[in-house]
Amino acid sequence: MILDAKIPEVVTLDAKIPDGPLAEKWEKHKFNVKLVNPANKRKYDIIIVGSGLAGASAAATLAELGYNVKVFCFQDSARRAHSIAAQGGINAAKNYQNDGDSVYRLFYDTIKGGDYRAREANVYRLAQVSVNIIDQCVAQGVPFAREYGGLLANRSFGGAQVSRTFYARGQTGQQLLLGAYSALNRQIAYGKVQMFPRTEMLDLVMVDGKARGIVTRHLVTGHIESHSAHAVVLATGGYGNVFYLSTNAMGSNTTAIWRAYKKGAFFGNPCFTQIHPTCIPVSGEYQSKLTLMSESLRNDGRVWVPKAKGDKRLAKDIPEDERDYFLERKYPAFGNLVPRDVASRNAKLACDEGRGVGSTGLAVYLDFSDAIKRDGLDKVSQKYGNLFEMYAKITGEDPYQTPMRIYPAVHYTMGGLWVDYNLMTTVPGLYAAGEANFSDHGANRLGASALMQGLADGYFVLPYTIGDYLAQMPAAKVTVDHPAFKEAETNVRATIQKLLSINGTKTVDEFHKELGLLMWDYCGMARNAEGLQYAKGKIQALRKEFWSNVKLYGVNEDMNQTIEKAGRVADFIELGELMVTDALHRNESCGGHFREEYQTPENEALRDDANFAYVAAWEYTGPDSEARLNKEPLAFENVKLTQRSYK
Amino acid sequence: MAGNNPNSTPMNLTLKVWRQKNAKTPGQLVTYKVNDISPDMSFLEMFDVLNEDLLRQGQEPIAFDHDCREGICGMCSMYINGRAHGPEKGTTTCQLHMRKFKDGDTIVVEPWRANAFTVHKDLSVDRSALDRIQQAGGYVSVNTGGVPDANEIPIPKSIADKAFDAATCIQCGACVAACKNASAMLFLSAKVSQLAMLPQGKVERKTRVENMLAQHDAEGFGSCTNIGACAAECPVGISLENIAMLNREYIAAKVTSENIV
Amino acid sequence: MSWFTKALSSTIGRKLLVAITGLFLCSFLVVHLIGNLQLFSNDEGVAFNAYTYFMTHNPLIRAMEIILLIGFVLHIYEAWSLTRRNQSARSVQYAVNRPEENSAWSSRNMGLLGTVIFIFLLVHLYNFYFKLKFGEIGLDTAGNKNLYAITVEAFSHWWYVALYVISMVALALHLIHGFQSAFQTLGLNHKKYTPAIKAFGYFFSIVVCAGFAAMPLYFFFLY
Repeated sequence: MILDAKIPEVVTLDAKIPDGPLAEKWEKHKFNVKLVNPANKRKYDIIIVGSGLAGASAAATLAELGYNVKVFCFQDSARRAHSIAAQGGINAAKNYQNDGDSVYRLFYDTIKGGDYRAREANVYRLAQVSVNIIDQCVAQGVPFAREYGGLLANRSFGGAQVSRTFYARGQTGQQLLLGAYSALNRQIAYGKVQMFPRTEMLDLVMVDGKARGIVTRHLVTGHIESHSAHAVVLATGGYGNVFYLSTNAMGSNTTAIWRAYKKGAFFGNPCFTQIHPTCIPVSGEYQSKLTLMSESLRNDGRVWVPKAKGDKRLAKDIPEDERDYFLERKYPAFGNLVPRDVASRNAKLACDEGRGVGSTGLAVYLDFSDAIKRDGLDKVSQKYGNLFEMYAKITGEDPYQTPMRIYPAVHYTMGGLWVDYNLMTTVPGLYAAGEANFSDHGANRLGASALMQGLADGYFVLPYTIGDYLAQMPAAKVTVDHPAFKEAETNVRATIQKLLSINGTKTVDEFHKELGLLMWDYCGMARNAEGLQYAKGKIQALRKEFWSNVKLYGVNEDMNQTIEKAGRVADFIELGELMVTDALHRNESCGGHFREEYQTPENEALRDDANFAYVAAWEYTGPDSEARLNKEPLAFENVKLTQRSYK
Repeated sequence: MAGNNPNSTPMNLTLKVWRQKNAKTPGQLVTYKVNDISPDMSFLEMFDVLNEDLLRQGQEPIAFDHDCREGICGMCSMYINGRAHGPEKGTTTCQLHMRKFKDGDTIVVEPWRANAFTVHKDLSVDRSALDRIQQAGGYVSVNTGGVPDANEIPIPKSIADKAFDAATCIQCGACVAACKNASAMLFLSAKVSQLAMLPQGKVERKTRVENMLAQHDAEGFGSCTNIGACAAECPVGISLENIAMLNREYIAAKVTSENIV
Repeated sequence: MSWFTKALSSTIGRKLLVAITGLFLCSFLVVHLIGNLQLFSNDEGVAFNAYTYFMTHNPLIRAMEIILLIGFVLHIYEAWSLTRRNQSARSVQYAVNRPEENSAWSSRNMGLLGTVIFIFLLVHLYNFYFKLKFGEIGLDTAGNKNLYAITVEAFSHWWYVALYVISMVALALHLIHGFQSAFQTLGLNHKKYTPAIKAFGYFFSIVVCAGFAAMPLYFFFLY
């Protein structure tokens, strides 16, 4: 109740969804958008931050159209963006399997999987363009898995009852990214894209209320530089590393979108994080990241724990009738293939009951012995060989012999910068694509949908919608001598100097770990008001301590990884607080956001559609004041809101 | 905390790590002691522990490249005890675990060494030459949109699988690091073969191989003398068959392409 | 440069030349070995000297000699220039390097082995070819220049025999890598026949080099 008092007046956001029937919105919109004539396109510059699926595909496509594109990534090559690590696959409503799939079914599954917290029009468009993505990737030479007849193979994935997932062994992400990266390389060779690797965006620059550029730091020389453009796209991925331990890459960070948030872009649904059910459990305090085992493993692996609490026998010594295949028991229709949030929460429940396995008791078994008996070792190894190998490398155990131990881990953030139907944030000229936007996944993302969304945004949505914006603005350039750039550069330098000068006693990693634990314990798989209140206070204190006691080393003008980390963790701490605020205000459970106070008697998420069928878009109001809540009401005109059931 | 293995006794190790301020300053090996290293730690987690110690003591942490820590981004790049990515076959540095070492071991860690890879700092090197090789032709020239249906051209599974094998290259540069000649031929061949095998890539196969090899040579990489160290040390098992295919592609292109300059 | 010279001066082009000339030199080894087997014919060198006469007077053979020379020069020059390039591709060496974990010694030391073979070749040419061409050589019973006698004399010195045997070991190592490597360079690598090429290359290298090494050993120990 105290909460409600704190939240200032609510603004309703307009998502600019085109009129007309759902299936015709995108076609109609594509016709209605304004175009920049081919000869004029070369007069416009576009900055793209991030070179993953969304960034690279957008950059290549925009450059093909004729715009001048500058791409920035913090890694040493565009190919290393974290999209590369996606394993399982990419969904597309091709219905190649003749199993009843359609654009509408993919749309429906995604809306339902997202627990009715996504925007219908966006999701429908996503399902529509999904079919083009596969065509595009194949044309680029992406080696998808094929059947003996030479046509593309599909597999099924959590949350769907059709086989619509295209895959490339266990590294679909790498293969799709290499496709986008090759298209990007082609444009670099043509001189239409200028690539800036090892360069991190540290601020957004606005001129006359529009996004007109960014300030960057070169990670080898420390050189701080401004870049101007007519539009800026942030495709910088998710912020799962706010939890310290996640399946994200070590460098994945929120800095770009956070600094944009502080310049006026609203942050949508920050508390919606996805906890992936099948990750390799934590083995010790030194743990730096968690490794995901593709969800596709749940096609053949059976999840179980011992029926008895505290059963410390080895897996092979536990007889069949003393095992609890809890997903199959509770959800006979979907079995081990329930959506991620459901699978994760049930694993946590089993462990909370004291039935977890392994030395820490924070793991459940994923058992392939039945699949091996049924299909033979060869077939299983053909499907999952590289995943099994990876598991063996990390744990030192052979999953062909003993069941894998898995535990949920933070994997994806459905939240992100709020964007309208055109993927534009609340800052004119600033776009967000891929995981960086609050996206099409509602409160929970289905497996194999992240790759789809990243590429849909980059290849097929942004190139139209950015054109619409540019067509309505003059081609005149703003130079980086503009006072707005100078001011932003000065601020960036001052912040770095401030960080370097604190010279406290705690390292950045120590702060990061502390933040991560708070987030995991109080804003993780299950949340409650009391815990969130507590965490909020702790995070505020942590932020104060960070700015008075953090320890960095050296100078700015050098390759200095302590500066990189410090800037990112400073932003994570602030974001953590906003996530907690968001989780606290959303008095319902939906998808990945599970508030313990709001659950059905069977421990399922209990939504409150009357009060919370909206996107929470948070607005920055200053360093020491509460963020302001704005709402985008979600209208469901085509699907009926029901209690999700996978039984 | 107990690890995954019952017999995970902590280890004490001596590290000799290459420290180099920047590309212009010569570097040297510096000795560090690390204690209580769990066998379940990854090699890079052991470096994290060392770096935290250094920082607390007011010393400069060691710069090294890493990102995904699951063996796919290709960013990690350490030459460990005379081997690219260390002693375990088919494994990147980030996936190498300390259980591969023994208590009391001395481990020497150096950056990838090749003139085409300049050292940025300590263990971090510049591998942008590999990007430039791909920019010279490692793509199929199709624009977004207007492509045929994905199932229009069937591709035999055996060919799709072989192309996939080549496509698994993670561009880490271990092949260059391990090669006596600092040649990037295994990397180049993986890229050329993947596209040359697939119908979509066949259209530009001649210009592709000519341009990509020219870029490879211009970057200052050495030539392949079929030693095979690259394939032996490749963390994803790219095969030497790709280099044979590259040679074939190159010979055929030079003999038959329209390019006469 | 024309497209042709450009193609042959790329890294692949140069090694292609090394491979082709290498295989050509292998064929020379076979001819040379078969011819020289007549040293074992136990007729005080009559057959061998007659063969020598044929080899030095047949116009076709004389023409081949020039091609052979070009083969040697190209093989050596291209390999040398590649080695130079390769050495300059890494100017700072590893402090600790364990190449033995990932590759065969001979494959990494083709330049060294080639150099040994080259020195041997100079000595060998001086001792036989130049003496035959420009030196004073007695005639045998059939009236041919008695190269056989020179051979017998040369192989009576232990150090000379040792040089030959060591050089043949170097040649064998050079060939074990070089033979199969040439096929790889020519783009021939396939799971169906590459094992056969490797096996044959191994067999070829041992047999040819053992054959040559048998000659000095025969004259030193048995003659």
